[in-house]
Amino acid sequence: MESFAYGRAESLDQAVAAGAEPDTAFLAGGTELLNWLRLGIATPKRIIDVVRLDGLDKIEPIANGGLRIGALARLNDAAQHEIVVRHYPVLSQAILKAASPQLRNLATIGGNPVQKTRCAYFRAAEKLPCNKREPGSGCSALNGLNEKHAIFGWTEACVAVHPADPPVALAALDAMFVTEHRDGGRRIPATEFHTLPDKRPQDHNILRHGEFITAIELPAPAPRSAYLKIRERESYEYATVSAAAALEMEGSTIRKARIALGSVAHRPWRLTAAEAKLAGIEIGDRDALRAAIEASFADARPLSHNAYKIPLAKNAALRVIQTAARTSA
Amino acid sequence: MKFQAQPEITVRINGAGHHVTADARVTLLDLLRERLHLTGTKKGCNFGECGACTVHLDGRRVNACMILAASVDGREVTTIEGLAKGSELHPVQQAFIDHDGFQCGFCTPGQVMSAVALIEEGHASSELEIREWMSGNLCRCSAYPQIVAAVKAAAEKGLG
Repeated sequence: MESFAYGRAESLDQAVAAGAEPDTAFLAGGTELLNWLRLGIATPKRIIDVVRLDGLDKIEPIANGGLRIGALARLNDAAQHEIVVRHYPVLSQAILKAASPQLRNLATIGGNPVQKTRCAYFRAAEKLPCNKREPGSGCSALNGLNEKHAIFGWTEACVAVHPADPPVALAALDAMFVTEHRDGGRRIPATEFHTLPDKRPQDHNILRHGEFITAIELPAPAPRSAYLKIRERESYEYATVSAAAALEMEGSTIRKARIALGSVAHRPWRLTAAEAKLAGIEIGDRDALRAAIEASFADARPLSHNAYKIPLAKNAALRVIQTAARTSA
Repeated sequence: MKFQAQPEITVRINGAGHHVTADARVTLLDLLRERLHLTGTKKGCNFGECGACTVHLDGRRVNACMILAASVDGREVTTIEGLAKGSELHPVQQAFIDHDGFQCGFCTPGQVMSAVALIEEGHASSELEIREWMSGNLCRCSAYPQIVAAVKAAAEKGLG
Protein backbone atom coordinates (compact mmCIF):
# COMPACT_ATOMS: atom_id res chain seq x y z
CA MET A 1 0.00 0.00 0.00
CA GLU A 2 1.35 3.42 -0.98
CA SER A 3 1.68 6.08 1.72
CA PHE A 4 -1.09 8.60 2.25
CA ALA A 5 -2.11 11.15 4.83
CA TYR A 6 -5.38 10.87 6.71
CA GLY A 7 -7.76 13.67 7.62
CA ARG A 8 -11.25 13.81 9.06
CA ALA A 9 -13.73 16.26 7.54
CA GLU A 10 -15.73 18.28 10.03
CA SER A 11 -18.31 19.52 7.54
CA LEU A 12 -19.64 18.64 4.12
CA ASP A 13 -18.30 21.95 2.75
CA GLN A 14 -14.86 21.10 4.04
CA ALA A 15 -14.99 17.59 2.56
CA VAL A 16 -16.15 18.83 -0.84
CA ALA A 17 -13.53 21.60 -0.96
CA ALA A 18 -10.66 19.27 -0.06
CA GLY A 19 -12.02 16.40 -2.16
CA ALA A 20 -11.68 18.34 -5.40
CA GLU A 21 -7.90 18.57 -4.95
CA PRO A 22 -5.88 16.08 -7.04
CA ASP A 23 -4.85 12.71 -5.57
CA THR A 24 -7.55 12.86 -2.92
CA ALA A 25 -10.11 10.17 -2.06
CA PHE A 26 -13.15 10.02 0.20
CA LEU A 27 -13.36 7.32 2.86
CA ALA A 28 -16.85 6.31 3.99
CA GLY A 29 -17.44 2.65 4.94
CA GLY A 30 -14.01 1.75 3.58
CA THR A 31 -14.99 -1.72 2.41
CA GLU A 32 -13.96 -0.93 -1.17
CA LEU A 33 -11.34 1.80 -0.74
CA LEU A 34 -9.10 -0.32 1.49
CA ASN A 35 -9.01 -3.09 -1.10
CA TRP A 36 -8.28 -0.59 -3.89
CA LEU A 37 -5.35 0.68 -1.83
CA ARG A 38 -4.05 -2.85 -1.25
CA LEU A 39 -4.33 -3.77 -4.95
CA GLY A 40 -3.00 -0.47 -6.27
CA ILE A 41 -6.33 0.29 -7.99
CA ALA A 42 -6.27 3.64 -6.19
CA THR A 43 -3.16 5.46 -4.96
CA PRO A 44 -4.40 8.67 -3.30
CA LYS A 45 -2.00 10.94 -1.42
CA ARG A 46 -4.75 12.18 0.90
CA ILE A 47 -7.77 10.38 2.32
CA ILE A 48 -10.71 12.34 3.69
CA ASP A 49 -12.71 10.43 6.29
CA VAL A 50 -16.32 11.57 5.83
CA VAL A 51 -18.16 8.84 7.65
CA ARG A 52 -18.89 10.86 10.79
CA LEU A 53 -20.33 13.87 8.99
CA ASP A 54 -23.44 14.95 10.88
CA GLY A 55 -26.88 14.23 9.52
CA LEU A 56 -25.84 12.48 6.32
CA ASP A 57 -27.10 9.11 7.57
CA LYS A 58 -30.71 10.18 8.07
CA ILE A 59 -33.56 8.34 6.40
CA GLU A 60 -36.63 10.54 6.07
CA PRO A 61 -39.78 10.98 3.99
CA ILE A 62 -39.77 13.76 1.38
CA ALA A 63 -42.47 15.57 -0.55
CA ASN A 64 -44.38 13.59 -3.24
CA GLY A 65 -44.43 10.53 -0.97
CA GLY A 66 -40.81 9.60 -1.59
CA LEU A 67 -37.94 8.78 0.74
CA ARG A 68 -34.53 10.37 1.13
CA ILE A 69 -31.77 8.04 2.32
CA GLY A 70 -28.68 9.89 3.51
CA ALA A 71 -25.62 8.60 1.69
CA LEU A 72 -23.87 7.62 4.91
CA ALA A 73 -26.69 5.35 6.11
CA ARG A 74 -25.12 1.94 6.67
CA LEU A 75 -26.46 -0.77 4.40
CA ASN A 76 -27.92 -2.77 7.30
CA ASP A 77 -29.69 0.30 8.67
CA ALA A 78 -31.16 1.28 5.32
CA ALA A 79 -32.35 -2.27 4.58
CA GLN A 80 -34.02 -2.70 7.96
CA HIS A 81 -35.58 0.75 8.15
CA GLU A 82 -39.34 0.38 8.62
CA ILE A 83 -40.29 2.50 5.59
CA VAL A 84 -37.82 0.75 3.30
CA VAL A 85 -39.05 -2.69 4.38
CA ARG A 86 -42.70 -1.77 3.94
CA HIS A 87 -42.69 0.53 0.92
CA TYR A 88 -39.58 -0.50 -1.01
CA PRO A 89 -39.15 -4.27 -0.42
CA VAL A 90 -37.05 -4.57 -3.60
CA LEU A 91 -34.40 -2.32 -2.07
CA SER A 92 -34.48 -3.94 1.36
CA GLN A 93 -34.09 -7.39 -0.21
CA ALA A 94 -31.32 -6.29 -2.58
CA ILE A 95 -29.30 -4.81 0.26
CA LEU A 96 -29.72 -7.81 2.56
CA LYS A 97 -28.56 -10.13 -0.21
CA ALA A 98 -25.40 -8.07 -0.66
CA ALA A 99 -22.08 -8.77 1.07
CA SER A 100 -22.04 -10.04 4.68
CA PRO A 101 -23.62 -8.72 7.89
CA GLN A 102 -20.26 -7.33 9.05
CA LEU A 103 -19.58 -5.55 5.76
CA ARG A 104 -23.12 -4.16 5.70
CA ASN A 105 -22.48 -2.64 9.14
CA LEU A 106 -19.62 -0.64 7.58
CA ALA A 107 -20.63 -0.05 3.96
CA THR A 108 -22.87 2.90 3.16
CA ILE A 109 -25.74 3.22 0.68
CA GLY A 110 -23.92 6.08 -1.06
CA GLY A 111 -20.62 4.21 -1.26
CA ASN A 112 -22.05 0.94 -2.50
CA PRO A 113 -22.82 2.06 -6.09
CA VAL A 114 -19.27 3.44 -6.38
CA GLN A 115 -17.73 0.01 -6.00
CA LYS A 116 -15.82 -1.31 -9.01
CA THR A 117 -16.18 -4.44 -11.06
CA ARG A 118 -15.21 -7.79 -9.58
CA CYS A 119 -13.66 -8.95 -12.88
CA ALA A 120 -10.73 -11.09 -11.74
CA TYR A 121 -8.45 -9.55 -14.36
CA PHE A 122 -9.24 -6.05 -13.08
CA ARG A 123 -8.59 -7.09 -9.46
CA ALA A 124 -5.52 -9.24 -10.17
CA ALA A 125 -2.72 -8.71 -7.64
CA GLU A 126 -0.26 -8.96 -10.55
CA LYS A 127 -1.22 -6.55 -13.31
CA LEU A 128 -2.79 -8.20 -16.35
CA PRO A 129 -4.00 -6.53 -19.55
CA CYS A 130 -7.12 -4.60 -18.55
CA ASN A 131 -8.35 -1.38 -20.12
CA LYS A 132 -9.79 -0.36 -16.77
CA ARG A 133 -6.48 -0.73 -14.94
CA GLU A 134 -4.32 0.50 -17.83
CA PRO A 135 -6.18 2.11 -20.74
CA GLY A 136 -5.00 0.65 -24.03
CA SER A 137 -3.63 -2.56 -22.51
CA GLY A 138 -6.51 -4.71 -23.80
CA CYS A 139 -9.21 -6.85 -22.22
CA SER A 140 -8.09 -10.20 -20.82
CA ALA A 141 -11.66 -11.34 -20.26
CA LEU A 142 -12.82 -10.83 -23.87
CA ASN A 143 -11.27 -14.16 -24.89
CA GLY A 144 -10.43 -15.37 -21.39
CA LEU A 145 -12.48 -16.55 -18.42
CA ASN A 146 -15.68 -14.65 -19.05
CA GLU A 147 -18.43 -16.93 -17.74
CA LYS A 148 -19.58 -14.27 -15.24
CA HIS A 149 -19.26 -11.35 -17.65
CA ALA A 150 -21.64 -9.20 -19.66
CA ILE A 151 -24.35 -10.21 -22.12
CA PHE A 152 -25.52 -6.64 -22.77
CA GLY A 153 -23.71 -3.43 -23.66
CA TRP A 154 -20.15 -4.77 -23.70
CA THR A 155 -17.45 -3.72 -26.16
CA GLU A 156 -14.17 -5.34 -27.14
CA ALA A 157 -12.53 -2.88 -24.75
CA CYS A 158 -14.33 -4.21 -21.66
CA VAL A 159 -16.80 -7.02 -20.96
CA ALA A 160 -17.04 -6.55 -17.19
CA VAL A 161 -20.29 -6.31 -15.24
CA HIS A 162 -21.13 -4.09 -12.32
CA PRO A 163 -21.49 -6.38 -9.32
CA ALA A 164 -23.59 -4.44 -6.80
CA ASP A 165 -27.15 -5.41 -5.82
CA PRO A 166 -28.62 -2.18 -4.39
CA PRO A 167 -28.11 -0.17 -7.63
CA VAL A 168 -30.22 -2.74 -9.52
CA ALA A 169 -33.12 -2.06 -7.14
CA LEU A 170 -32.45 1.68 -7.34
CA ALA A 171 -32.58 1.53 -11.15
CA ALA A 172 -35.91 -0.30 -11.08
CA LEU A 173 -37.23 2.29 -8.61
CA ASP A 174 -36.08 5.25 -10.76
CA ALA A 175 -34.11 6.58 -7.79
CA MET A 176 -32.01 9.73 -7.99
CA PHE A 177 -28.46 10.21 -6.70
CA VAL A 178 -27.94 13.65 -5.19
CA THR A 179 -24.37 14.95 -5.30
CA GLU A 180 -22.23 17.87 -4.17
CA HIS A 181 -19.08 19.13 -5.84
CA ARG A 182 -16.88 22.19 -5.39
CA ASP A 183 -18.20 23.38 -8.77
CA GLY A 184 -21.82 22.51 -7.99
CA GLY A 185 -23.90 19.45 -7.27
CA ARG A 186 -26.51 17.68 -9.39
CA ARG A 187 -29.13 14.96 -9.47
CA ILE A 188 -28.27 11.80 -11.40
CA PRO A 189 -30.88 9.16 -12.33
CA ALA A 190 -29.83 5.75 -10.98
CA THR A 191 -30.23 4.38 -14.52
CA GLU A 192 -27.54 6.76 -15.80
CA PHE A 193 -25.06 6.64 -12.93
CA HIS A 194 -22.91 3.76 -14.22
CA THR A 195 -21.23 3.95 -17.61
CA LEU A 196 -21.05 1.51 -20.49
CA PRO A 197 -17.58 0.73 -21.88
CA ASP A 198 -18.21 2.29 -25.28
CA LYS A 199 -16.25 5.54 -24.91
CA ARG A 200 -14.09 5.38 -21.79
CA PRO A 201 -13.80 1.76 -20.68
CA GLN A 202 -11.65 2.84 -17.73
CA ASP A 203 -14.65 4.53 -16.08
CA HIS A 204 -17.16 2.91 -13.77
CA ASN A 205 -19.59 5.79 -13.30
CA ILE A 206 -20.11 9.41 -14.27
CA LEU A 207 -18.96 10.99 -10.99
CA ARG A 208 -16.39 13.76 -11.48
CA HIS A 209 -13.26 13.77 -9.33
CA GLY A 210 -14.25 15.14 -5.94
CA GLU A 211 -17.98 14.65 -6.51
CA PHE A 212 -19.68 13.43 -3.36
CA ILE A 213 -23.00 11.55 -3.18
CA THR A 214 -24.98 13.08 -0.30
CA ALA A 215 -28.27 11.20 -0.62
CA ILE A 216 -30.32 8.79 -2.64
CA GLU A 217 -33.93 9.78 -3.24
CA LEU A 218 -36.67 7.29 -3.93
CA PRO A 219 -39.88 8.32 -5.66
CA ALA A 220 -43.33 7.18 -4.50
CA PRO A 221 -43.55 3.83 -2.69
CA ALA A 222 -43.28 0.57 -4.63
CA PRO A 223 -44.81 -1.97 -2.25
CA ARG A 224 -45.29 -4.50 -5.06
CA SER A 225 -41.64 -5.01 -5.71
CA ALA A 226 -39.09 -7.80 -5.30
CA TYR A 227 -35.45 -8.71 -5.83
CA LEU A 228 -34.14 -12.05 -7.00
CA LYS A 229 -30.47 -12.96 -6.80
CA ILE A 230 -29.16 -16.04 -8.58
CA ARG A 231 -25.76 -17.22 -7.38
CA GLU A 232 -23.68 -20.31 -6.91
CA ARG A 233 -24.27 -20.52 -3.17
CA GLU A 234 -27.14 -19.43 -1.00
CA SER A 235 -25.46 -16.46 0.67
CA TYR A 236 -22.46 -14.12 0.65
CA GLU A 237 -21.66 -14.34 -3.06
CA TYR A 238 -21.89 -11.99 -6.01
CA ALA A 239 -24.80 -12.49 -8.36
CA THR A 240 -24.48 -14.55 -11.50
CA VAL A 241 -27.66 -12.75 -12.54
CA SER A 242 -30.05 -10.68 -10.44
CA ALA A 243 -33.42 -9.14 -11.20
CA ALA A 244 -35.49 -6.34 -9.65
CA ALA A 245 -39.13 -5.64 -10.38
CA ALA A 246 -41.50 -2.89 -9.28
CA LEU A 247 -45.09 -3.37 -10.41
CA GLU A 248 -48.33 -1.47 -10.33
CA MET A 249 -51.29 -3.80 -10.57
CA GLU A 250 -54.98 -3.47 -11.25
CA GLY A 251 -56.44 -6.66 -9.87
CA SER A 252 -54.41 -9.37 -11.56
CA THR A 253 -53.42 -7.17 -14.51
CA ILE A 254 -50.09 -5.39 -14.74
CA ARG A 255 -50.66 -1.67 -15.15
CA LYS A 256 -47.01 -0.61 -15.10
CA ALA A 257 -43.79 -2.59 -14.75
CA ARG A 258 -40.25 -1.52 -14.13
CA ILE A 259 -37.67 -4.30 -14.45
CA ALA A 260 -33.88 -4.14 -14.07
CA LEU A 261 -31.32 -6.91 -14.36
CA GLY A 262 -28.02 -6.99 -12.46
CA SER A 263 -24.65 -8.57 -13.33
CA VAL A 264 -25.53 -8.71 -17.02
CA ALA A 265 -23.93 -5.40 -18.05
CA HIS A 266 -21.68 -2.66 -16.77
CA ARG A 267 -24.75 -0.94 -15.39
CA PRO A 268 -28.12 -2.10 -14.04
CA TRP A 269 -29.95 -3.09 -17.23
CA ARG A 270 -33.52 -1.83 -17.53
CA LEU A 271 -35.76 -3.98 -19.73
CA THR A 272 -37.42 -1.00 -21.38
CA ALA A 273 -38.91 -2.86 -24.35
CA ALA A 274 -40.33 -5.56 -22.06
CA GLU A 275 -41.75 -2.97 -19.68
CA ALA A 276 -43.79 -1.43 -22.51
CA LYS A 277 -45.22 -4.84 -23.46
CA LEU A 278 -45.93 -5.93 -19.87
CA ALA A 279 -48.58 -3.26 -19.31
CA GLY A 280 -51.99 -4.90 -19.69
CA ILE A 281 -50.82 -8.49 -19.28
CA GLU A 282 -52.58 -10.81 -16.80
CA ILE A 283 -50.03 -11.94 -14.22
CA GLY A 284 -51.14 -15.57 -14.66
CA ASP A 285 -50.44 -15.52 -18.42
CA ARG A 286 -46.98 -16.99 -18.36
CA ASP A 287 -46.60 -17.15 -22.14
CA ALA A 288 -47.46 -13.47 -22.50
CA LEU A 289 -44.97 -12.58 -19.74
CA ARG A 290 -42.28 -14.62 -21.49
CA ALA A 291 -43.02 -12.99 -24.84
CA ALA A 292 -42.80 -9.52 -23.29
CA ILE A 293 -39.45 -10.30 -21.64
CA GLU A 294 -38.15 -11.67 -24.95
CA ALA A 295 -38.53 -8.20 -26.48
CA SER A 296 -35.64 -6.95 -24.34
CA PHE A 297 -33.25 -9.71 -25.34
CA ALA A 298 -32.97 -8.89 -29.04
CA ASP A 299 -29.67 -7.15 -28.35
CA ALA A 300 -28.25 -9.74 -25.92
CA ARG A 301 -24.84 -10.97 -27.09
CA PRO A 302 -23.10 -13.84 -25.30
CA LEU A 303 -19.33 -14.12 -24.85
CA SER A 304 -17.45 -17.39 -25.32
CA HIS A 305 -18.32 -18.81 -21.87
CA ASN A 306 -21.55 -17.16 -20.79
CA ALA A 307 -24.36 -18.03 -23.22
CA TYR A 308 -26.10 -19.73 -20.25
CA LYS A 309 -26.69 -16.29 -18.75
CA ILE A 310 -29.25 -15.39 -21.44
CA PRO A 311 -31.90 -18.01 -20.50
CA LEU A 312 -30.95 -17.53 -16.83
CA ALA A 313 -31.64 -13.80 -17.07
CA LYS A 314 -34.95 -14.35 -18.90
CA ASN A 315 -36.09 -16.84 -16.26
CA ALA A 316 -34.96 -14.51 -13.45
CA ALA A 317 -36.98 -11.67 -14.98
CA LEU A 318 -40.06 -13.89 -15.21
CA ARG A 319 -39.76 -15.12 -11.64
CA VAL A 320 -39.16 -11.70 -10.15
CA ILE A 321 -42.25 -10.31 -11.91
CA GLN A 322 -44.35 -13.16 -10.51
CA THR A 323 -42.86 -12.66 -7.03
CA ALA A 324 -43.40 -8.89 -7.07
CA ALA A 325 -47.04 -9.38 -8.09
CA ARG A 326 -47.59 -11.64 -5.08
CA THR A 327 -46.00 -9.14 -2.67
CA SER A 328 -48.84 -7.65 -0.68
CA ALA A 329 -49.37 -3.95 -1.18
CA MET B 1 -8.45 20.30 6.83
CA LYS B 2 -5.55 18.69 8.62
CA PHE B 3 -3.97 15.65 6.97
CA GLN B 4 -1.54 13.48 8.88
CA ALA B 5 0.73 10.65 7.76
CA GLN B 6 1.06 9.58 11.39
CA PRO B 7 -2.31 10.27 13.04
CA GLU B 8 -2.81 10.02 16.78
CA ILE B 9 -5.46 7.58 17.89
CA THR B 10 -7.26 7.42 21.22
CA VAL B 11 -9.45 4.36 21.46
CA ARG B 12 -11.08 2.21 24.15
CA ILE B 13 -10.50 -1.48 23.64
CA ASN B 14 -12.19 -3.99 25.94
CA GLY B 15 -12.80 -1.18 28.41
CA ALA B 16 -9.19 0.05 28.55
CA GLY B 17 -8.04 3.33 27.03
CA HIS B 18 -5.16 3.34 24.53
CA HIS B 19 -3.32 6.23 22.95
CA VAL B 20 -1.07 5.47 19.99
CA THR B 21 0.48 7.17 16.98
CA ALA B 22 0.43 4.98 13.88
CA ASP B 23 1.05 5.21 10.15
CA ALA B 24 -2.16 6.25 8.39
CA ARG B 25 -2.12 2.96 6.48
CA VAL B 26 -2.45 0.79 9.61
CA THR B 27 -5.76 -1.02 9.86
CA LEU B 28 -7.66 -1.66 13.08
CA LEU B 29 -6.72 -5.32 12.65
CA ASP B 30 -2.99 -4.59 12.52
CA LEU B 31 -3.27 -2.08 15.37
CA LEU B 32 -4.85 -4.78 17.54
CA ARG B 33 -2.41 -7.53 16.62
CA GLU B 34 0.90 -5.81 15.97
CA ARG B 35 0.80 -2.79 18.28
CA LEU B 36 -1.44 -3.85 21.15
CA HIS B 37 -0.64 -7.57 20.97
CA LEU B 38 -4.28 -8.57 21.07
CA THR B 39 -3.73 -11.53 18.77
CA GLY B 40 -7.08 -13.21 19.42
CA THR B 41 -8.46 -11.34 16.42
CA LYS B 42 -7.20 -13.31 13.41
CA LYS B 43 -5.88 -12.13 10.07
CA GLY B 44 -7.31 -14.45 7.43
CA CYS B 45 -7.84 -12.98 3.97
CA ASN B 46 -7.20 -9.29 4.79
CA PHE B 47 -9.80 -8.43 2.09
CA GLY B 48 -13.04 -8.49 4.06
CA GLU B 49 -14.00 -11.89 2.74
CA CYS B 50 -13.47 -14.41 5.55
CA GLY B 51 -14.70 -12.77 8.76
CA ALA B 52 -11.81 -14.06 10.92
CA CYS B 53 -11.09 -10.49 12.05
CA THR B 54 -14.65 -9.74 13.25
CA VAL B 55 -14.74 -7.36 16.24
CA HIS B 56 -17.40 -5.06 17.68
CA LEU B 57 -17.07 -1.34 16.94
CA ASP B 58 -19.38 0.74 19.10
CA GLY B 59 -21.34 -2.47 19.66
CA ARG B 60 -21.69 -3.51 16.01
CA ARG B 61 -19.85 -6.39 14.37
CA VAL B 62 -17.42 -5.33 11.65
CA ASN B 63 -14.36 -6.63 9.78
CA ALA B 64 -11.29 -5.10 11.47
CA CYS B 65 -9.27 -5.51 8.24
CA MET B 66 -11.55 -3.05 6.43
CA ILE B 67 -11.13 -0.19 8.90
CA LEU B 68 -8.27 2.29 9.14
CA ALA B 69 -7.04 2.51 12.72
CA ALA B 70 -7.13 6.31 12.43
CA SER B 71 -10.87 6.20 11.87
CA VAL B 72 -11.59 4.49 15.22
CA ASP B 73 -10.20 7.47 17.13
CA GLY B 74 -12.63 8.21 19.97
CA ARG B 75 -14.56 5.00 19.50
CA GLU B 76 -15.02 1.77 21.42
CA VAL B 77 -13.83 -1.67 20.30
CA THR B 78 -14.52 -5.10 21.79
CA THR B 79 -12.39 -8.05 20.73
CA ILE B 80 -12.57 -11.73 21.61
CA GLU B 81 -10.28 -11.00 24.58
CA GLY B 82 -12.99 -8.74 26.01
CA LEU B 83 -15.79 -11.32 26.16
CA ALA B 84 -14.88 -13.53 29.13
CA LYS B 85 -15.23 -12.28 32.69
CA GLY B 86 -11.95 -13.37 34.25
CA SER B 87 -11.80 -17.15 33.92
CA GLU B 88 -15.52 -17.39 33.23
CA LEU B 89 -16.18 -17.80 29.52
CA HIS B 90 -18.86 -15.81 27.72
CA PRO B 91 -21.91 -18.08 27.26
CA VAL B 92 -21.42 -18.08 23.48
CA GLN B 93 -17.80 -19.20 23.92
CA GLN B 94 -19.03 -21.97 26.23
CA ALA B 95 -21.70 -22.95 23.69
CA PHE B 96 -19.03 -23.35 20.99
CA ILE B 97 -17.17 -25.76 23.30
CA ASP B 98 -20.33 -27.63 24.30
CA HIS B 99 -21.36 -28.10 20.66
CA ASP B 100 -17.90 -28.74 19.22
CA GLY B 101 -18.24 -25.60 17.08
CA PHE B 102 -14.71 -25.67 15.70
CA GLN B 103 -11.88 -27.88 14.56
CA CYS B 104 -8.63 -25.97 13.93
CA GLY B 105 -9.97 -22.90 15.73
CA PHE B 106 -8.53 -20.20 13.47
CA CYS B 107 -11.91 -18.75 12.48
CA THR B 108 -13.42 -19.23 15.96
CA PRO B 109 -12.77 -15.78 17.48
CA GLY B 110 -14.48 -14.19 14.47
CA GLN B 111 -17.31 -16.74 14.58
CA VAL B 112 -17.89 -16.06 18.28
CA MET B 113 -17.83 -12.27 17.88
CA SER B 114 -20.26 -12.55 14.99
CA ALA B 115 -22.53 -14.92 16.92
CA VAL B 116 -22.69 -12.66 19.98
CA ALA B 117 -23.75 -9.75 17.77
CA LEU B 118 -26.19 -11.87 15.75
CA ILE B 119 -28.05 -12.92 18.91
CA GLU B 120 -28.21 -9.30 20.11
CA GLU B 121 -29.51 -8.23 16.69
CA GLY B 122 -32.35 -10.75 16.98
CA HIS B 123 -31.31 -12.79 13.94
CA ALA B 124 -31.34 -16.22 15.61
CA SER B 125 -34.99 -17.18 15.21
CA SER B 126 -34.30 -20.27 13.08
CA GLU B 127 -31.40 -22.33 11.78
CA LEU B 128 -31.96 -20.79 8.35
CA GLU B 129 -31.74 -17.27 9.72
CA ILE B 130 -28.63 -18.14 11.75
CA ARG B 131 -26.96 -19.56 8.64
CA GLU B 132 -27.79 -16.44 6.62
CA TRP B 133 -26.58 -14.01 9.29
CA MET B 134 -23.43 -16.06 10.03
CA SER B 135 -22.54 -16.19 6.33
CA GLY B 136 -19.81 -13.57 6.67
CA ASN B 137 -17.70 -16.02 8.69
CA LEU B 138 -16.03 -18.77 6.70
CA CYS B 139 -14.83 -22.01 8.32
CA ARG B 140 -12.44 -24.00 6.16
CA CYS B 141 -12.79 -27.02 8.46
CA SER B 142 -16.50 -26.75 7.66
CA ALA B 143 -17.76 -26.97 11.22
CA TYR B 144 -20.90 -25.17 10.10
CA PRO B 145 -23.51 -27.60 11.52
CA GLN B 146 -21.89 -27.45 14.97
CA ILE B 147 -21.50 -23.66 14.77
CA VAL B 148 -25.20 -23.27 13.96
CA ALA B 149 -26.05 -25.62 16.85
CA ALA B 150 -23.90 -23.56 19.24
CA VAL B 151 -25.45 -20.26 18.18
CA LYS B 152 -28.96 -21.70 18.37
CA ALA B 153 -28.38 -23.12 21.85
CA ALA B 154 -26.89 -19.86 23.14
CA ALA B 155 -29.74 -17.85 21.62
CA GLU B 156 -32.39 -20.14 23.12
CA LYS B 157 -30.88 -19.59 26.54
CA GLY B 158 -30.94 -15.85 25.89
CA LEU B 159 -27.22 -15.65 26.22
CA GLY B 160 -26.19 -13.19 23.59
